[in-house]
Amino acid sequence: MKLPLFWLSDYTDITGVTPKEYDARLTMTGSKVEEVYNLGAEIENVVVGRVTEMTRHPNSDHMWICQIDVGDEVTQICTGAWNVHVGDLLPVAKHKSTLPGGVKITRGKLRGEVSNGMLCSLGELQLDTHNAPYAVIKAAAILNDYHSLKEQQPSLPAELTAGYKLYGETRCAKVLSVTTAAYGQYALTVDCGAGETALTTDCANIHEGDFIAVDTGKNTVCTPADLRAQQAEFPHCIENGIFILNEDCKPGDDIRKVLGLDEWVADFEITSNRPDCLSVIGLARETAAAFDRPFCVKEPVVRGSGDDIGRYLSVEVRDADLCPRYTARLVKNIRIEPSPAWMRQRLHAAGVRPINNIVDITNYVMLEYGQPMHAFDYACLTDGKLVVRRARDGEFIQTLDGVDHMLSGSMLAICDKDKPVAVAGVMGGANSEITGSTQTVVFESANFHGATVRVTAKALGMRTEASGRFEKGLDPRMTRDAVERACELVELLGAGEVVNGVIDVDNADAAPKRLPFEPEKMNALLGLDLPDSEQQKLLEKLGFAVEGGKVVVPSFRTDIDRMCDLAEEVARMYGYDKIPTTLYAGEMVQGELSAKQQAECAAALVCREAGFDEAMSHSFISPKCYDMIGWDADDPRRISTTIRNPLGEDFSIMRTTVLPSMLDNLAHNNAHRNPTASLFELGTVYTPAVRDGKADPDVLPREEKVLTLGSYGRLSFFQLKGVIEALGRELHLKPLQFVQQTENPSYHPGRCATVLADGKELGVFGTVHPLIAARYGLGGEVLAAELRMNALFDAIDGEKRYRPLPKFPASTRDIAVLVDDSVPAAAMQASIQKAGGAILEEVRLFDVYKGKGIPAGKKSVAYSLSLRAADRTLTDGECDKAMKDAIAALEKEFGAVLRG
Amino acid sequence: MKEKLQDILQAAKEQLGAAVDARALDEARVRFLGKKGELTALLKGMKDVAEEERPVVGQLINDVRAEIEKTIDKQKEVVEQAALRHKLESETIDVTLPGEPLVIGKKHPLSTVLDEFKDIFLGLGFSIAEGPEVELDHYNFEALNIPRDHPARDTQDTFYISDNVVLRTQTSPMQVRTMEKKKPPIRIIAPGRVYRSDAVDATHSPLFHQIEGLVVDKGIRMSDLKGILALFAKKLYGEDTVVRFRPHHFPFTEPSAEMDIQCYRCHGEGCPLCKGEGWIEILGCGMVHPKVLEMSGIDPEEYAGYAFGIGLERMVMGRFKIDDIRLFYENDVRFLHQF
Repeated sequence: MKLPLFWLSDYTDITGVTPKEYDARLTMTGSKVEEVYNLGAEIENVVVGRVTEMTRHPNSDHMWICQIDVGDEVTQICTGAWNVHVGDLLPVAKHKSTLPGGVKITRGKLRGEVSNGMLCSLGELQLDTHNAPYAVIKAAAILNDYHSLKEQQPSLPAELTAGYKLYGETRCAKVLSVTTAAYGQYALTVDCGAGETALTTDCANIHEGDFIAVDTGKNTVCTPADLRAQQAEFPHCIENGIFILNEDCKPGDDIRKVLGLDEWVADFEITSNRPDCLSVIGLARETAAAFDRPFCVKEPVVRGSGDDIGRYLSVEVRDADLCPRYTARLVKNIRIEPSPAWMRQRLHAAGVRPINNIVDITNYVMLEYGQPMHAFDYACLTDGKLVVRRARDGEFIQTLDGVDHMLSGSMLAICDKDKPVAVAGVMGGANSEITGSTQTVVFESANFHGATVRVTAKALGMRTEASGRFEKGLDPRMTRDAVERACELVELLGAGEVVNGVIDVDNADAAPKRLPFEPEKMNALLGLDLPDSEQQKLLEKLGFAVEGGKVVVPSFRTDIDRMCDLAEEVARMYGYDKIPTTLYAGEMVQGELSAKQQAECAAALVCREAGFDEAMSHSFISPKCYDMIGWDADDPRRISTTIRNPLGEDFSIMRTTVLPSMLDNLAHNNAHRNPTASLFELGTVYTPAVRDGKADPDVLPREEKVLTLGSYGRLSFFQLKGVIEALGRELHLKPLQFVQQTENPSYHPGRCATVLADGKELGVFGTVHPLIAARYGLGGEVLAAELRMNALFDAIDGEKRYRPLPKFPASTRDIAVLVDDSVPAAAMQASIQKAGGAILEEVRLFDVYKGKGIPAGKKSVAYSLSLRAADRTLTDGECDKAMKDAIAALEKEFGAVLRG
Repeated sequence: MKEKLQDILQAAKEQLGAAVDARALDEARVRFLGKKGELTALLKGMKDVAEEERPVVGQLINDVRAEIEKTIDKQKEVVEQAALRHKLESETIDVTLPGEPLVIGKKHPLSTVLDEFKDIFLGLGFSIAEGPEVELDHYNFEALNIPRDHPARDTQDTFYISDNVVLRTQTSPMQVRTMEKKKPPIRIIAPGRVYRSDAVDATHSPLFHQIEGLVVDKGIRMSDLKGILALFAKKLYGEDTVVRFRPHHFPFTEPSAEMDIQCYRCHGEGCPLCKGEGWIEILGCGMVHPKVLEMSGIDPEEYAGYAFGIGLERMVMGRFKIDDIRLFYENDVRFLHQF
């Protein structure tokens, strides 16, 4: 909401408050000011000038040299615009001036002639003819500007002569003199070949010595359009030029003051609970309360022109639940014209484009009261009837913006006897639009059900200023004041005759809300100790009243429902900054991480200690990611929770695996030439409930964290395995088992293992399948691991047991055996462990060898066995027996042959 | 005899003095004190010495032997020291050569700050609650006093799974989930991912993190909310941090506020960092709305509570002066290694 601060003076007084103070105070009392700015902040050293003399530029066929009185001097400025005349008042950007957009103007020479600045057009001041409707420029066809499009066949002779017949009664005329008769009206004397003729025109580009075309029959000056000429044939006869002022001003005046640009505007961020603050009156009330200044809204007074609205219009509200109140007045003998400068300037400052008096009045009242208004052309309402009803399914309307809409039964429409003429609270229909020929206008000031307006606007895809206000829930009490204000303005502007009588269908509850006044509870909630009287005073500033132990809530405060709402009012008026800061001790509560959270921290720590950086990636992925990691087309893990309105396919499903995100991360690093990257993510995956082979969108998916690691350029398979083993130790997991996994499509079939603890699967790790790595642009060995955090947590063996340090020495014996290449090392180790019995303390594999000296298909595997008893030094005999048993077991189970 | 002894001693001292290594020392020892050494030879010649002179000569020989041994020990020390010095010199390295890299992974910057945050609140007696990111509309909106077709829904562009299931737009549903499960006193923070349908650019991400805080107990006041958040701001941003609380509106708290900290670059004067305002918005907070308490099964007449919500990314970006939110999710190690 853009609030022109000068508009506040209608209701309160902020004299002596600087814009910065205003910003700070309003922000701290709850109306957040985004920005305070001056409308003309970018304009500097631009003044009003009066043209005292004009001569044609000696070196140009289209420029003028003007002498301009700028108050303290007369200065020379060159211009290419043709709508300037001696005596005109116009904006002059002097030497060293600035214009909107940061444009800087300095002295210069134009084709050899000094120009001490620039004459400004509307556009150069960032205005248009909506801001200054009088400044529309009409251009005559100046025949000496004629440029033939067909060089061989010019329509005019090279040498023009007065009286030359162009066609019919249209003659070439030489301009003998031009004087400005009134603003935009010029008196000419011309020679049409038969002596002097006087005529008047509103064409602004004619000067003494020009040749023009005159329709001697009508005694009018012809425009290029009249001559059926193209613009290019008269390149300088354009409807654009210098902004000739029609304001009460004199040379030397600051243009910002003259055009109402020397004003401050505060741009507020109004929260959705305060639609009353989307209005000048609402913000004036907050302003007055914030600065402890008086506040007063004058009741609008309409004189009326007699007659009776009842003779013209009837209003029937059929769906009162969706339209609590409908108020209307009628204005006849409308004169559509531009609004006066003060209204245009207020609208412009508030960011609304002035259009014409009737439209401007509806916008003005909406800004002032916060009540959206609509104006119908009465002539378009069949039978002079307005019916407020739910639309019929399939009913059709074309709205003011020219878009066709099909309505439905859940939408509220304003209709005449036959058809919808407006979508209630959203936009009017094109069929009843105000036009230049409108005679009689119906002003609608109504209250509509917020949620219905919101749903309707959304369904039709047209959020409007009006719908944005209605949907927040407006005060039904203000419709009448608003329509009265509109009619008051009609009379003030002389825009028409207000017919006596108001139609007011009021089904809203007029009784004000009353809440218990509970000062103690408010103090307790806020941590304050304000006396009752002080609280009452603070509430009264905002329009509340306290009567008989009750707070009477003003009707415009639709957001106030209970004690805590009133407490906020008291608090913000008292000052949030004055509420003390306390630390509530209360009952002692232990703050600690849950066991699961601790396990996650521990796992992350191990990963970092192993040189993995923590990554975070998006939870939503593309369904194509599952193809990328090689999952079968019918893999059930492809069934994913699907976003109905995703940002795009790449973000459309909730991942059931972190692997593609991890590979993307590695790919990003590789593509940016990072020689190595090792990342881990404690990433959530989302496993949907499945119904009929699809994710059930109405059931929440299971969310689970997967510890996912990925690495290239640094580690080997067994180093990654070492990291997983370290995780097992640091998290105190039950002993881990690793089983060769050849079926996982994302991994190398010979370099992938399933990780288990106590027979329960924890996850998988290995070398990423080279074809899949290649899809991500990754070469070399890429490693990944995926461990389900829940499974890790369940595998924690919580008890930490102490074993005394050994008191007796260990004997160490080595054995090396030949076995088939296919025998897994882990199985041999388990076999040795079992056969070795209680005294076998540790078995450690220290060598695997294939190649020279070893038969093909075989490998040599060497173990170091550590033997020890807790209570004695072992004898050689005991050790020999354990070794023999171990070798025997290997021979029996794996056909191992002891190597010499 | 005496002269002979003096000569031997003189010769021994000379030879020992010239010995520069263990071998030379040993040669000298053998020459004078060895079985066939010169002193030993003299000793053997004792039989030729007159009986009454023998004790004196014996004493003399022993003195010389002791003197030579002492000299050997002394010289040995000198030689050893020289040898050590030589060894150390030969082992000298260029200490400015680079160290062998020890690779330790980094915390993600979001985790770094989140962990500080957690530590502060754990220390204040808070626990950490977690909840689903794919959330029922009920918890994300309805139970937070944001019914369907409420205009407040517009401020959060929502990803929908179905009419009833959304990607949570805020961590606030954790307020309700916590209160449904647990009776007061409640003191939790709930960090997590939230989702809004914002197109990706330097300052917007469809996914970001929030941290929710909730305290419910008897007699909780707005001044307590101010107290704990001011304390938190000082711990996270430094002891001289200045905070302000500004009225605001959230449907699920009343009264509601936003907390700003005074811009740490310009100290309130206004600069580009704070967009000229002098203040930087940090979080939203307020007293839990009685309707929310009621919907969560807690009697608002008996209990009160406060809640707050903080955007993690914005906090981290401000802290480390990171200018592009996308960096958090690209996981470029050149980025991650900076924290």
